[in-house]
Amino acid sequence: MNLPIPFIVLLAVISLAGTGFYCLLFTRNLIKVVVALQLIVKGVVLAFVLAGHLQQNESLAQTMAITVIVADTIVAVIGLSLAVQIRQHTGSLDLKALSKLKR
Amino acid sequence: MWYVLIAVGILVFAILAISAKRLLISAIWLAITSALTALMLFLLGAPQIAVIELSVGAGLVTVLFVFAINIAGEEVIGLRSALPLPLVWTSIVLACGLLIFFIFRSLGFVQFPDATNTIAASVLWQDRYLDFLLQTVLILAGVLGVIGLLAHSKDEHSAEEKA
Repeated sequence: MNLPIPFIVLLAVISLAGTGFYCLLFTRNLIKVVVALQLIVKGVVLAFVLAGHLQQNESLAQTMAITVIVADTIVAVIGLSLAVQIRQHTGSLDLKALSKLKR
Repeated sequence: MWYVLIAVGILVFAILAISAKRLLISAIWLAITSALTALMLFLLGAPQIAVIELSVGAGLVTVLFVFAINIAGEEVIGLRSALPLPLVWTSIVLACGLLIFFIFRSLGFVQFPDATNTIAASVLWQDRYLDFLLQTVLILAGVLGVIGLLAHSKDEHSAEEKA
């Protein structure tokens, strides 16, 4: 079994993004939503670095990857603190508990 | 060979992270996935990104998760989607299909420009100065957001003390 390296990395990217999409659409737990976003962004960072590796333009791809990591961390921070606040207000982490407009 | 092992590990730990019942366990599997991703980044020739991913993705974010789960408490909510199932599956298949399509289409157009001899540090500080400024603003926004969202207002405190 001698797969080319970019192909293997692409499989890792697709598996990370795929599990992330699956969890994002299936879960109703607010903290699990942040976990799913983290998984997707890890796939994106891997894809960025692979693209730079293939194009021989590593420095540009790596700076973009750093920006993506920072932005993703801020998203996680804000998302988690929102989840904590929502838990204190509604007493639940369930996404369905948020849809008060239906009732 | 290493790449295959790491890719399989990433898939297994990602699935464990999304299927774990307890949130704390889920956060730990996510940290291990992050560490394996960092290892793959290192093997791809991006040691700086690997270090940042390892320290931020596996370190800081895990601490944040544990902190948030401690405050919010464990709550087991099963994997039952709030959306209708056919819609969910169509979206997942469509998203993954588009991802694979675009990746493999772009592989055909890979061009090899002249290898630039600039190192990542000089690009970061000179060419991508705007990005760097943006990151500074983002970090400031994150700090302000955490202070604003986690802080208790004085009224709540006094109400709790009275009660």
